[in-house]
Amino acid sequence: MQSNALNISINDVTKTYGDFYALKDVSLEVKSGEFLTLLGPSGSGKTTLLMVLAGFTRPDYGSVKFGNEEVVTKPPHLRDIGMVFQNYALFPHMNVEQNIGYPQKLRGKSKSEVKESVAEALSIVKLDGLGHRGVAELSGGQKQRVALARAIVFKPQILLMDEPLSALDKKLREEMQIELRQLHDSLTMTTVYVTHDQKEALTMSDRIAVINDGELKQLGSPNEIYTNPNNAFIADFIGESSLLPAKVISNKTYLGASEIMISHPSKDDGDYLLVIRPEKLFLANGKEKDTNLFSGIVEGSIFQGESQLLVIKLDPGSFGEQSLRMRLPNGSNIGQKVPISGEKISVGLRKSDSFLVE
Amino acid sequence: MALIDEHVNEAVLKNLDRKENFTLFGLTVPYLFLIFFLIIIPVGWLFYMSFIGRDGSYSFENYERMVTQKSYIRIFLTTFKISFLTTLICALLGYPLTYFMSQLSRKWAGICMIGVLIPFWTSLLVRTYAWLVLLQRKGLINNIAIDLGFISEPIKFVHNTSGTLIGMAHIMLPFLILPLYANMRAIDKDCLKAAANLGATPTRAFWTVFFPLSIPGLLAGLLIVFVICLGFYVTPAVLGGGKIIMAAMKISSNIELYFSWGAASALGVVLLVVTMLILYIASKLVSIDQIGGNK
Ligand SMILES: Nc1ncnc2c1ncn2[C@@H]1O[C@H](COP(=O)(O)OP(=O)(O)OP(=O)(O)O)[C@@H](O)[C@H]1O
Ligand SMILES: [Mg+2]
Repeated sequence: MQSNALNISINDVTKTYGDFYALKDVSLEVKSGEFLTLLGPSGSGKTTLLMVLAGFTRPDYGSVKFGNEEVVTKPPHLRDIGMVFQNYALFPHMNVEQNIGYPQKLRGKSKSEVKESVAEALSIVKLDGLGHRGVAELSGGQKQRVALARAIVFKPQILLMDEPLSALDKKLREEMQIELRQLHDSLTMTTVYVTHDQKEALTMSDRIAVINDGELKQLGSPNEIYTNPNNAFIADFIGESSLLPAKVISNKTYLGASEIMISHPSKDDGDYLLVIRPEKLFLANGKEKDTNLFSGIVEGSIFQGESQLLVIKLDPGSFGEQSLRMRLPNGSNIGQKVPISGEKISVGLRKSDSFLVE
Repeated sequence: MALIDEHVNEAVLKNLDRKENFTLFGLTVPYLFLIFFLIIIPVGWLFYMSFIGRDGSYSFENYERMVTQKSYIRIFLTTFKISFLTTLICALLGYPLTYFMSQLSRKWAGICMIGVLIPFWTSLLVRTYAWLVLLQRKGLINNIAIDLGFISEPIKFVHNTSGTLIGMAHIMLPFLILPLYANMRAIDKDCLKAAANLGATPTRAFWTVFFPLSIPGLLAGLLIVFVICLGFYVTPAVLGGGKIIMAAMKISSNIELYFSWGAASALGVVLLVVTMLILYIASKLVSIDQIGGNK
């Protein structure tokens, strides 16, 4: 991902509303040419941070640099960055062409230059021929593409997107995720993308910044964040997981009355949560090595298309009162018959897939 | 399945449709009666009367007079001039004020709106005489200005065009503000942010995005103000001091002084036709919904 687009340095950015912290000392480096996603639940401060980058929200203090230039006092219209708004914010009194040509006109481009760049942007977003349509005559997906075309037509080095796909249906959304990513790769841009959809974040990003309560909780590649969440909130928020209370007593980890093995070096004594990803569990025959075995009763077995979801109530005598979820792929490779409700089963979790969070 | 061509439940569903339409029609019946007795019949009567001459026979003399007599032509010109100027003043005062209100938080905008509406709810007659008290030769404004030494002679504010315009603009301003405000509030704030983000200075963003989007509300307001002004009576009568004669005043004097129902009716008909014409042209420019102030 080496390119010469501007990088973004965010340092100690804090924004309060009254005594409520919408952003709390956020520091974050977005590398040149990177696709970085701000991920967090509703109200976590994602939009606020994006608005600080775009210049619409002034932080209480902190620094925002594009390249080496401090921009925190620069008004929005001088920042020269592309932005796709959540509700698209297309100009209803202009047609598609005029919408896309607007930033070019402001930049004093000649008529023919504007026309050329609009045509190019339209073809990038695959809307050739729709230039004369009114905004009201477009479908949601088309509006989204027009908004995107308008944001990239002046070749900004930085592109911000605030949940641009949230209004689209699932299928179109998944298509657009891939298209947006390809677009990012083909243009020289640093992209900051906002979403509350963890799957979208995992699919599209070079790195993910998980935000909650206005604070940056973890920054890393999708893989790092998924396999190594550094706290219970992230483990719960990213991907599916069952979180089971566990105890560490003198370097040994216990789940209820049973000792279990964990992947990383043991932690200080105290209460933790064991993170179990449903798809990492497998039906055990008791002969596996380096594997934690959990026995229990199937409480629910739900067909979900590509996979079967099992809810398993663990044997209370050995693990305490808890249940966990397991996902079995409904693939042809599975010769075993699918466990049904009420069945007693034993499932395994490799030591390398077992880890604790606070 | 009784008949081959019949689809399941087709007849039942059609019947249901018919029933609903009938109910809706039933709901409008009282209103139709009202329209018929309070509008169609009186207006029809007006038409009829306008074709009755002085001597009681059918004639066009009431209309002829309007084209041939200078005084009538002057009255029409005055009516249009005063209406036009009032509308213009309302636009110049109302647009910036409404823009300001639309940018406030809802709470403060609500407080401002009350300020706009309180005079709106006060009797027109009261407000007109209040202006007279304020503006006349020995009125409040002249007295204060003289006491403070700004002027030595009282300024003639009332009993002329300026007094009429001040009074009428004050009364008409809310009619401009209300639809315009509804329109401006509905303008997506993100559109202005988008304009700024795309490189537009605040002034540029205003003229290229906000203003064009506010035009429907502005047109609706201008239209209402102009049309209501055409029929104004009390304010020009009181504040114009007899020098400003508008069509409605002529109608009244035709009846009260000359007992000429025919002449009065003809003027009424012309006023009505002109108003309808303006509304028709406007409806080609703005959709009727927007004239009501909703988007
Ligand atoms: N103008 C404001 N005044 C007061 N509080 C605000 C204001 N703007 C945002 N907030 C608060 O700041 C917090 C963060 O808001 P923000 O819009 O950044 O959330 P978000 O992460 O984008 O959420 P969502 O996914 O729902 O869009 C919220 O709790 C919100 O209520
Ligand atoms: Mg948001």
